[in-house]
Parts: sequence; structure tokens; C-alpha cells
Amino acid sequence: MDFINDIPWLLIAASVAKTLFLIFLIVLPIVSYTVYAERRVSALIQDRLGPNRTGFPTSLLGFHKDLQLFLGGLGQPVADAVKFLLKEEFTPGHVNKFYFWLAPVLAMVPALSTLAVLPFGNYMFGQKMVVADVNVGILYVFAIASIGVYGIVLAGWSSNSKYPFLGGIRATSQMISYELSLGLSAVPVLMIIGNLNLSDAIQYQIDNGWLLLPFTDGKLTLRELLLWIPVGISFIVFTISMFAETNRLPFDLPESETELVAGYHTEYSSMKFALFFLGEYAAMIAGSSVIVVLFLGGWHLPFLPINTLESSTTPAGMALGLIHISVFFAKVIALLIFFIWVRWTLPRFRFDQLMKLGWLYLFEIALVNIFITAAILALVK
Amino acid sequence: MAYTVRRPNLTFWEKIYLPNIVAGLAITFKHLRKMLQGETKVVMQYPEEKWDAHLPEYYRGAPTLVTDEHGRERCVSCQLCEFICPPRAITITPGELASDSKFAKVEKAPKAFEIDMSRCIYCGLCEEVCPEQAIYLRKDYAVTGENRADMVHHKDKLYELGGTMPGLVHKWNPEK
Repeated sequence: MDFINDIPWLLIAASVAKTLFLIFLIVLPIVSYTVYAERRVSALIQDRLGPNRTGFPTSLLGFHKDLQLFLGGLGQPVADAVKFLLKEEFTPGHVNKFYFWLAPVLAMVPALSTLAVLPFGNYMFGQKMVVADVNVGILYVFAIASIGVYGIVLAGWSSNSKYPFLGGIRATSQMISYELSLGLSAVPVLMIIGNLNLSDAIQYQIDNGWLLLPFTDGKLTLRELLLWIPVGISFIVFTISMFAETNRLPFDLPESETELVAGYHTEYSSMKFALFFLGEYAAMIAGSSVIVVLFLGGWHLPFLPINTLESSTTPAGMALGLIHISVFFAKVIALLIFFIWVRWTLPRFRFDQLMKLGWLYLFEIALVNIFITAAILALVK
Repeated sequence: MAYTVRRPNLTFWEKIYLPNIVAGLAITFKHLRKMLQGETKVVMQYPEEKWDAHLPEYYRGAPTLVTDEHGRERCVSCQLCEFICPPRAITITPGELASDSKFAKVEKAPKAFEIDMSRCIYCGLCEEVCPEQAIYLRKDYAVTGENRADMVHHKDKLYELGGTMPGLVHKWNPEK
């Protein structure tokens, strides 16, 4: 029974605790309130009010009135969840049952798995705030994120009807096309940082200023000024590709309502449909987190002291750790709001325009960008 | 006949598309800001705000029965409204007036008068057809109930909603 002593119980317990904290206390609430924000912001942009009624039904518990918080409608995600759970779980007779049930899981799991390598804070309780601090960080993210397409493809294929099928086909070609530019646009960043580990990426940005805003460390050298050009291009290409990877408008062709009813999830109902929804928004969170880590300095905020492994158990260190986590998710939420804002601004691309943009422009731009970065890195010290 | 659509000549900045995206984002942000600052006029918040004061004279709400200035029922239960009602929402049980009444042998009155509001389509034909000017569509529009029986307006309810309509009412007079 010696092997029991060899198992790193503390590491496993800490990882499980961090995973539960990240998924259940941070990501899933953000997902449900992003859905609410989506509806509310879209309404405000279109000069409507949106869901502003649903309070928390405290009257069911015997109180005099329902609890209406200052904005109203904050109970909407709860009501949505209850509705999804109570709806009939209907599986149409013409579907391929096994894959039909597998698809929602495959849409949800990769989106949440990518979060494992993202450092969402510095130190807390003497633990580094990242579930798995692996050296292949960004490669892992791309590898797992590309599995996400299987959920959509299987959903489209197993539904055995025409609109989901068209949606699935579109999703395949779109995600495969944009993965190229997504990966290639991250290469200049990795060349500058010189490391695939995402914690080291943040450490580099603490030392040298955020990649997109290189003046955050207080000084601006000629090298940083020159690198600003490829990093900016990289950021734009990466963000656009991220929109396409997460099927957000203007690239939401897999589920374009006006053409394909609901695309790949037309045949789905109740919680299986909700899983697709959650997966889509979780993928948005994962994508925004990657952008934050690579370009916007992760949990770092200039002029804010950084706690260390030793100080993270003291009250001051723990407060700092909490602030770091909040800073990270504040940046993520800002990006999510930007996602929503773009969604209600731009119309959907035509499919040939989508392919043209991906293959003829973004791919080449990302490729040339690598050489520009290499030249600057080699020539300017 | 096929014809050629002239493509506009785009400038360089229009071709790279990104400045237009920024312009679009500015427009949507302007709408968002105006909504947040309360400058945009939005729809009425119904249960809290109501438009009752602005309802026009000719508004067709729930059909009701009215009494005249002496407190007498105008309805003589001729059943014309019952016959004309397209969804057959009206049910009348005719009855005699009480024998001690001055008009006992002259007129009749409804013993029961029921309007099923779950059937009523607010067409106003009952009001038009009534020779005694006894039934009017008033301004009540929020007719609710928890079951079908609740949705049936009985005679008491109809008179309560209708109130009095004194004197001769020239309901077909276009000058009025």
C-alpha cells in the first residue's frame, strides 16, 4: 500500500477545490448573468427595456412582496433555469439517440475544460490560483477548444433533419477555418513572451507592461513601440477569430435563426438545449479569458501591489488575492459586454464572405504578422 | 428582365471595414447611453401606468347594462342582443316585472342576464341593436378571472359596471 503515500493528496484536494470554486462560484453565475445581460443590453441598444420584472419570489416563502432589487429582472436567470429543468425532455423519434445525447455534453465539457489552465488570480491560501499550471498552457487551450466543434457537428448530424444538418456543416467549416488564424495570431505573442505557460505570460506582462498597453509598467521603449504594431494586429485578428470560434454574431452562421430555424440545436429541448446555451457562453468566457491573459495582463493591475506565495495566507495577502481574482473577472466581463455590444451592432456575414474573410484575409495577415514580429525581435534589442 | 446593379465605389477605409464597425459601435453605444440616461421614450409600464384617462369616447370595452334616471332597468328582455351576438356570449332569461310595479303589465325585465366574457369579442353589435338603449360597451378592458365561471358577468355585475345613463341617448346621431 505504499503507492497511497505517493499520491499527492494535497495537490488533488487543492485542484478539486479550485475547480469547484471556479466553475460553480464564478463561471456558471457569470454565464447565467451574461445571458441576462445579453437580453438586457440588446434591449437597451434597441431602445427597449428588456426583462425588468422577474424578482426573487420571496412571496412564496411567506413574505408580503417579491424581492425586487434595484434594477429589476435580476431573478430572470433563476426563472430561466427552473423553466429549463421543468420542461419536457423530448427526444424526437428520428434521431440517432446515442450521439443526440452525447452532443450537448461535448458542447459543454470542452468549454469548461479550457478554463483549467487559465490563471485567474495570483495566490490565495498559499495556492496558485490556476487549476493546472502546465507548460503547454496555450496549446492545451487550442487543442481542447477545437474539440468543441464536435458537439455542434454531432448535434447537427444526429438530429437527422435538414436545418440542424446545414448548421452542423457550417459549424465544421467555419471553426476549422478560423482555428488557423486563431492559432497563428497567438504566435507573435508567444514569440515575444518566449513561453507557452500562461502564468509566465502574465509574469512577463507584469515585468514589461501589458502586451496591448505596453506603458502599464511606466515606461515605453522603442522596442515596445515597434512591437505595438504586430501585437495590435494580432489582437484584432485573435478577437475576430474568437468571435468566429464561439459562433457569435457576426459569425453565428451555424445557428442563424432567420435561415436555419435554430441551426444545430433545432431538435433539442429543455436541459439539453440549455447545455448548448451554457456551453456557448462558457466558451465565450474561456475565449475572453484567453484574450485577457495574452493581451490584457491577466489579473494584474498596475499600481496594485502583488502578493507572494508566503504572504497569501495573511489577511492582507488574502484581500489582495481576492482583488486580483476580481480584476481578472472584471476584465473578462468587460470583454463579454463588448461581445454583446458587437452582436447587436453588426449584421451576419454571408457564408462566402465568412470563408473569404477567414482564408483570404485573416489567415494571411496572421501569417505575415509572425514575420514582422520576428524581424522586430531580431533587429531591435 | 435582368438588370445590372451598380456597385458603389468604395474608398480604401470603407474596404477595410474596421472603421465602419467602429462607427456602428458608436451608433449602438449612443442608443445605449440615451436609454441609460432616460432620454429615450419607452413604452408605458402597464400595470403601474395606465392610459385610462385617454380612452376615446367611442372605446368599446366590456358590455354593460344601464339604468335610467329613475333607477329603472332599461332592458325589457327582447333578446335582440342575444340573437345578434356573433359568439353567442349573451344568455337572457326573460321575466315579468313584480305585480305591484306600476309598469307590471306594460314591460318585461330580464330575470337573468349573463354575458360570458370569455366569449365576448367586443364587437358592439348588442349596443347597436338594442331598441331600448339598455346595453352599452363601457371602458372596462381588464376583465380577468381564475376560471370559466368567473368570466361570466351576471346581471348584478352588469348593472354595477354600467351605472346610470340618464335621458334619451341619441346613439345613432352623427352630430353628437
